[in-house]
Amino acid sequence: MTKKQYAFYPGCSSQKGASASNFATSIEVMCEKLGIQLNEIPDWNCCSASIGYGDGGLLPRLVLNARNLALAEQHLPGQDMVSGCPACWLSTRETAEKLHESGSLMAEANEALKEAGLSFKGTVRARHIVEVLVEDVGFAGMKQPVVKPLEGMKIAGYVGCQTNRPFGIAGESFENPQYLDKMIETVGAEPASGYEQKVTCCGGALAFSEPDKSQKQIRDIVESAYDHGAEMIVTPCQLCQANVEIYQSEINKKQGTKFAMPVVYYSQLLTVAYGGSLKQAGLDGHVIQPEKLQQIAVRQK
Amino acid sequence: MSDHNQHAVAHYRNNFLREVEDRVEDGEWVKMCMQCGVCAGSCPFGPHWEHSPQKIFMMIRAGKREEVLASDSMWMCTSCYNCIVRCPRKLPITHIMHGLAHYAHRLGVAPKGQPTREVARLFWNNLARSGRVNELRFSLAMYFKDGFVQGIKNSLAMQGIGIGLMKAKRLNPMEILGGHKCRDKDGIHKMIAKAREIEERKQGFTS
Ligand code: SF4
Ligand code: SF4
Ligand code: SF4
Repeated sequence: MTKKQYAFYPGCSSQKGASASNFATSIEVMCEKLGIQLNEIPDWNCCSASIGYGDGGLLPRLVLNARNLALAEQHLPGQDMVSGCPACWLSTRETAEKLHESGSLMAEANEALKEAGLSFKGTVRARHIVEVLVEDVGFAGMKQPVVKPLEGMKIAGYVGCQTNRPFGIAGESFENPQYLDKMIETVGAEPASGYEQKVTCCGGALAFSEPDKSQKQIRDIVESAYDHGAEMIVTPCQLCQANVEIYQSEINKKQGTKFAMPVVYYSQLLTVAYGGSLKQAGLDGHVIQPEKLQQIAVRQK
Repeated sequence: MSDHNQHAVAHYRNNFLREVEDRVEDGEWVKMCMQCGVCAGSCPFGPHWEHSPQKIFMMIRAGKREEVLASDSMWMCTSCYNCIVRCPRKLPITHIMHGLAHYAHRLGVAPKGQPTREVARLFWNNLARSGRVNELRFSLAMYFKDGFVQGIKNSLAMQGIGIGLMKAKRLNPMEILGGHKCRDKDGIHKMIAKAREIEERKQGFTS
């Protein structure tokens, strides 16, 4: 099978030893089984995320993203640039669109890029891995490699903000996108229907600076998953995953709740369903253990 | 009051709307707001916004310069993009909030000690240093941002979380020694400096 080629932008949180490194691990087997080849963009830099605006003005932020686009254009010509992190995807896509719309911004960005020995022509498309799965592979394609259906599991699909807004996945609504629930079904599990916190914000980068306000959001997100009978939350967002998993113990301490709701990535579900090991699925990287999924992963068929 | 701020006041007299249009990211959109109020109910931290985006746009038009720039509200934005997809006039509200926060910060009139402002500053310093974010150094800086004693308290409060993450191999203690960085650090520094220079010239901070 010839593999589909993409220029891959991992982003800071997916580096080795960083907070979403288990995401990075889990996409390997998934991509392998789906015939997707991710070619890492050489020497990529941080996108400046949604919190870089304080010190970084518009042009410095655009230029950081333009550098990644330029590197992809130069080293991996003709390939769509793909990111697994919503914040990276958003920043890159916003940059590509802004530069495309304004000739003067493009000229200014290139003036700055020249300092790093680069130039950007504007030929690269910025996409999210979920778009690749839904649009290029399709749900039937995602189902094909399933060898261990996750039968009997009920899972709340938590989409969050930035994979959903402002761009979202083509054809989906902002209020109630369906693709994550469909992925859960594709691997043989049951989506928690009516989960009303599906697109609620977890507080994002403000989980650090405004912990109480963010933890109120997180509490709603977890509580509703329990209310709908889910035994696990699945999400496409790195910050959502980290925030919703990590702060449950804080909420328990402060508010006397007894939350222990595992939070995993869609890629971990697919990897386990495709027969990947516990390690390959990054399931050794959790603070709240997704026990049932771990059991399926270690089971022989 | 900083020099930049005095110059801006002198330059734009009482026309704050024009100042925003010239100098704030996507500021030219502000006049398109029809005050429908949809955005006001969209923010996740809504009850904590003293001035909703709708109110801020009204205040800009009313020339309430100091009140807007000193407001804590823009710093409450979680970048959730709820407002953008709902606004009937398609205002890029998220970006205008970021732009206003940045402009107030740049002029030195943003609220002092505002926690998100501090985090944003640390984050930028962290990424601008090596081109990539070093999460451990960033976390340590976070805990110590309020000074040493509070830093120790914060670290202790978060210790369980840090150790949990380390066990899960998601926070690498070796990062303090350097960790991830870009090869072309120098190029990135020069590129950012150039972008700043162009932007400051364009916005009239320098000639
Ligand atoms: S829900 Fe939170 S972490 Fe997820 S995309 Fe929104 S802001 Fe980011
Ligand atoms: S939703 Fe749009 S038009 Fe309505 S008040 Fe907010 S910014 Fe103005
Ligand atoms: S992006 Fe910011 S301004 Fe818009 S709804 Fe979310 S928090 Fe409010």
